[in-house]
Amino acid sequence: MTTARQLTGSSADMLAVDGVSVRLGGREVLRDVRFAVRAGEFVGLIGPNGAGKTTLLRVILGLQQPSAGTVSIDGAARTRHAPAIGYVPQQVVLDPDMPLRARDLVGLGLDGNRLGVPLPSRGRRKLIDETLRAVGGERFGGERVGNLSGGEQQRVLIAHALISRPRLLLLDEPLANLDISSEQEIVELLARVAAVQRISVLLSAHEMNPLLPVMDRVVYLAAGRAASGTTDEVITTEVLSQLYGQHVDVIHVHGRILVVAARGDGPAEPVGEDGAHCAVRTVPDWE
Amino acid sequence: MTAGPGVTAGPGVTAGLGVTAGPGMTAGLGMTHVLRAIVEPGFLGNGPVRVALLAGGVVALVSGVVGMFTVLRGQAFAGHALADVGATGGSGAFLLGVNPLWGFVGIGVVAAGVMEIIGIRRPRGRDVATGIVLGAGLGLAALFLYWGTTFTNTTGATISVLFGSMFVISGSTVPVIIVFSLLALGVVVLLYRPLLLSSVSTEMAAVRGVAVRITGVLYLLAMAVAVSLAALTIGAILSTALLVGPAATALRLTSKTGLAMLWSGLIGVAATWLGILLAYDSFYWPPVRHGWPVSFFVVTLVFVFYLLAQLPPVGRVSGARARRARDGR
Repeated sequence: MTTARQLTGSSADMLAVDGVSVRLGGREVLRDVRFAVRAGEFVGLIGPNGAGKTTLLRVILGLQQPSAGTVSIDGAARTRHAPAIGYVPQQVVLDPDMPLRARDLVGLGLDGNRLGVPLPSRGRRKLIDETLRAVGGERFGGERVGNLSGGEQQRVLIAHALISRPRLLLLDEPLANLDISSEQEIVELLARVAAVQRISVLLSAHEMNPLLPVMDRVVYLAAGRAASGTTDEVITTEVLSQLYGQHVDVIHVHGRILVVAARGDGPAEPVGEDGAHCAVRTVPDWE
Repeated sequence: MTAGPGVTAGPGVTAGLGVTAGPGMTAGLGMTHVLRAIVEPGFLGNGPVRVALLAGGVVALVSGVVGMFTVLRGQAFAGHALADVGATGGSGAFLLGVNPLWGFVGIGVVAAGVMEIIGIRRPRGRDVATGIVLGAGLGLAALFLYWGTTFTNTTGATISVLFGSMFVISGSTVPVIIVFSLLALGVVVLLYRPLLLSSVSTEMAAVRGVAVRITGVLYLLAMAVAVSLAALTIGAILSTALLVGPAATALRLTSKTGLAMLWSGLIGVAATWLGILLAYDSFYWPPVRHGWPVSFFVVTLVFVFYLLAQLPPVGRVSGARARRARDGR
């Protein structure tokens, strides 16, 4: 792949994914994916639904074994339990009936693997308060986490991931199901966290436009293959057409980018823009 | 099974209350009179009643505490299956002439193991694993209970296995009950944080370094022990009520997880003790004048508590709603 920049192996890399392939049930979900995320960088993992974004994040986390390739965190091959990674999974269902306060869920990010009940400690309480403040969640720390709005829950989950002071933060579709203003707030929050705390952020999304102002680089995933680089390098008609294995057009409109796939015999259809359904219909082998 | 427990009252109740003949109304004035109308004379002096209060109380506490995670993890069906399968162990123990507690606990642990092997940790495999084990277990229970009824020519064992026998627990069983209770409580207290985090999201737990699978297996075993103990007091069929009911009630009362677990245990104990009291009082109630089954009272009280907790809070707005109103949203 001409655009897959060979960044792996550099000492400044927080995360290096090198030639990762994954087969699930005989189907190749990821093929020779390689990219790197440097310290303090904000990287968007963009692609239509079913492109393999979640699988790739699971490989990085060690929850999924790749059939080929390696993942290194901060220059070392990843171990089974990597405390340097914070993770916000996709669609965590927080039941309103669950007796669990927002601040307690944040605390579990610190010591959720420890045995016994958490003893009250001033240091622990202070750290939870600080982390909640860092995500703008100090006002609802004492409330039931299931009663919070989608944006507020997302802040709590981010605080849960941040409290152990990871150097790499992975988020799987954190903007899905958020209204536009919450979406913008979460993006700004993550950009601030990356800059202030020098944490590398890798965030997956099927829609890249909300991320354009803050992304340092993009990893575009389609049909199990990836291209990485700056937005200008990757989001082009040439690169994406090669990735999708068919002609797609990249159109710039009012500061937004639309990726449009042309059907062989029909009108053009948008791909990246709410493009899951169109994408699957247009290119059959995308899943 | 020819008659329901409501009709025959069950051997447990008759055996327990038969010893003491029955309460009589002594004349009294004022508070004493009212108190005596509720707590019949001889209640606390009665041996079987005291054993029932102790064993029933301990078991209800354990069921309530362990049951909070059953509700949070969405494993009520697994809990119910483990309880029902207890009938197999209880009836098997009856046939062999062994203390039924060993039958309940033994079969519960085996069933929990089989559920895990079949695949209870997969979201979709969970109900299937539970259903298969439940079906197989109840099939055996049908055979054992049939033999038990045929050999002894009474339905006594059937009634006490399925619907409990709080008043005929022997004093020597109590230490065993307490040891098992401590085991189940110990697992839940020790695994409190890993269990809580994996109830929120197994992936978040795994990333935090929780051994999700082992945690799940240990919890399943603790749940099997809890329902087995409750099978001894209120019956294999009814023990899920003490596992799920108090927990479902308690989670409405507080947003702190640990406090909710404590409330859950206390609600279970309250239902059990009140149930024992009412069963004792019911000795002269119609229609049979033989006492109503204590399990009926316990389970009904659990249900009443649950309904009361569903009432909307009076004059109080939830924290989130109040804040949103302030923020003008």
